[in-house]
Amino acid sequence: MSKLPKPAELAKVSYQLPKTGWMDTPVEFKPGMFCHGSKPKSLELVGFPNPREWRPADADWKLPENWKEIIIEGIADRLKKYRSFRLFMDICVRCGACADKCHFFIGTGDPRNMPVLRAELIRSVYRKEFTTAGKILGKMAGGRELTLDVLKEWWYYFYQCTECRRCSVFCPYGIDQAEITIIGRELLNLLGLNIEWIAGPVSNCYMKGNHLGLEPHTIVGNLEYMLDDIETVTGKRIKPTFNRKGAEILFVTPSGDLFADPGTYTAMGYLMLFEELGLDYTWSTYASEGGNFGFFTSNEMGKRLNSKIYAEAKRLGVKWILGGECGHMWRVLSQYMDTWNGPADFLEVPKSPITGTVFENAKSMKMVHVAEFTADLIKNNKLKLDPSRNDHLKVTWHDSCNVARGMGMLEEPRYVLKSVVNNFVEMPEDTIREKTFCCGSGTGLNASENMELRMKGGFPRANAVKYVHEHHGVNMLGNVCAIDRASLKALMEYWVPGVGVCGLHELVANAMIMTGEKERTTDLRGEPLPSVAAKEEKA
Amino acid sequence: MDLKEILRQKREDIVDRWFEAILSSYHEDARGPMRRTQAQFTNPVGFNFREGLEGLFDAVLQGMLPDTVTGFLDAIVRLRAVQDFSPSQSLSFIFELKKILRAAAGAELSGDPETADELVRLDGVIDDLALFAFDLHMECREKIYALKAQEARDMTFRLLQKAQLIAEHQE
Ligand code: SF4
Ligand code: SF4
Repeated sequence: MSKLPKPAELAKVSYQLPKTGWMDTPVEFKPGMFCHGSKPKSLELVGFPNPREWRPADADWKLPENWKEIIIEGIADRLKKYRSFRLFMDICVRCGACADKCHFFIGTGDPRNMPVLRAELIRSVYRKEFTTAGKILGKMAGGRELTLDVLKEWWYYFYQCTECRRCSVFCPYGIDQAEITIIGRELLNLLGLNIEWIAGPVSNCYMKGNHLGLEPHTIVGNLEYMLDDIETVTGKRIKPTFNRKGAEILFVTPSGDLFADPGTYTAMGYLMLFEELGLDYTWSTYASEGGNFGFFTSNEMGKRLNSKIYAEAKRLGVKWILGGECGHMWRVLSQYMDTWNGPADFLEVPKSPITGTVFENAKSMKMVHVAEFTADLIKNNKLKLDPSRNDHLKVTWHDSCNVARGMGMLEEPRYVLKSVVNNFVEMPEDTIREKTFCCGSGTGLNASENMELRMKGGFPRANAVKYVHEHHGVNMLGNVCAIDRASLKALMEYWVPGVGVCGLHELVANAMIMTGEKERTTDLRGEPLPSVAAKEEKA
Repeated sequence: MDLKEILRQKREDIVDRWFEAILSSYHEDARGPMRRTQAQFTNPVGFNFREGLEGLFDAVLQGMLPDTVTGFLDAIVRLRAVQDFSPSQSLSFIFELKKILRAAAGAELSGDPETADELVRLDGVIDDLALFAFDLHMECREKIYALKAQEARDMTFRLLQKAQLIAEHQE
């Protein structure tokens, strides 16, 4: 008989972690679960430490000799600087309420993806190095030595957390694993341990103003393509302005929507809306990125990349800033920008020139999210809408973690959505609003080489979409986030074929009747409008 | 009593065991949460596995019709195809059913030649199920590779269009 183990035996042997417990079990790098390591050029450009060629799966990470000192000092610094970090290191009572709330844990079944254990990855080292009990009792007090294996474990698991904060909603102490991951990644960056999918966009953004490294003529060129398409659909030629001094409003949006479908349709939506309003606004080819992958490397880098937004507003002499649909962009802008690079006292408190509404909520940072802006327009009856143009769509709504859970923007997008479509279906309660499930690709994890990770992490979200697809015929998943638009497409294709992905303003533009437009026969994607399709069927 | 009837009466117990067999391929700390099989949306893995196994069990007893099993199989195989399993590990759960059915048929029936024949027939159905599952697993893997390639294409589409490397589709 052959000595080959049977599949059932194999399954048992290799998938169960050895009995040593997670603390002593070195992590195994599995293909599809991690991204490519950062390239030296990307780190050099922004002056990040330890630029070199390295591969995450290699044994030798080419670390500086004193790497351990660097990390321990890094922790000490951050304990001093961030009260939240200090608190989160001390107060967890291990109640387990967060354990099964993380989409990555749900999809992978890997205990180290339980938020409580993800935090323990750092906490164990903190105990060993910074608490008396840990120093004396070591492992008995939950402490452990910082070794190369531990460092690798950090890297593997802090790049399997999308900083979505779902776990924190369920923690009785409000411990926010996102904050711990943020610090974890900062520490890793002290040793040049980033992923290229983040490091590349960061250096691009630093040099060219946007994550993709699009130069001014490319930005203008890409928008020209959209203008052609808009003309085909509406018969109207729009002429937006770029870098125009003296405009009232500066518009800043994630560059992702400028070059890849379905984000481009959302960008077309902005162009059409602003044209219809006759808004005195301008695009910038310099502040050409609303997103901020710097935020996924370090506080300092986030700040550096963010600074161009106020700087450009000042240079152009605008009154206030309008932001496009994005998730993490919005968290960075609302929660950090003012502290980092404010006060922007050269700007005015944003006031809609169309409705006269003053956005008191943006009094300090001077920036408004386009979903708020449009909700206000609709509330004041300023748009002519024909939602039946979206009747071929049955839409459900994905609350993007950062805007919804992070910033509480739950009603504005829904209000807009309900005004521009006739068919809207909510997903089940446990999977929306504050409890929304992440797309599985946030915080710079939307690379392609980690597709398996993304499909697992996005599974709880997809599962809820599948439900409304099967029970209510939902065929479109709306959202206000550029990363969602880029990544949910693949998620849907794998888990729920037949469901498309779109931004809010694509739907707005479909429904919006523009002054002097020709009779529309298609939507922005060139699909026949329901009325036209019905006529064709009859004929 | 007819073997199938006996198995049908023990459905709950058989599916429990089958469910536990599939859970045993996960870390023990993950199994507890997965056992909350009523939580369709917050424990989609446990829910889908449980529902899938129930459906597959019924289908096996009915001699299995391809279009009835696809959905149930999909509920399990699609997820395991992206988890860290080799194909054989991923699909080994199907063969576990043979052992479980034998145990369920119990001593009362052993030695009865008709029952033995029936069990062999069911083994054959389970083998067919495994073959279906293998096709589905491969389909899922191919989809993953296709998605990786497609994303790269999507990302460069506008730029290629701009460089006039992609011809506009003319009606
Ligand atoms: S922040 Fe989100 S991804 Fe990170 S541990 Fe919590 S639930 Fe998981
Ligand atoms: S819910 Fe909060 S206190 Fe409880 S284990 Fe999780 S992080 Fe710790």
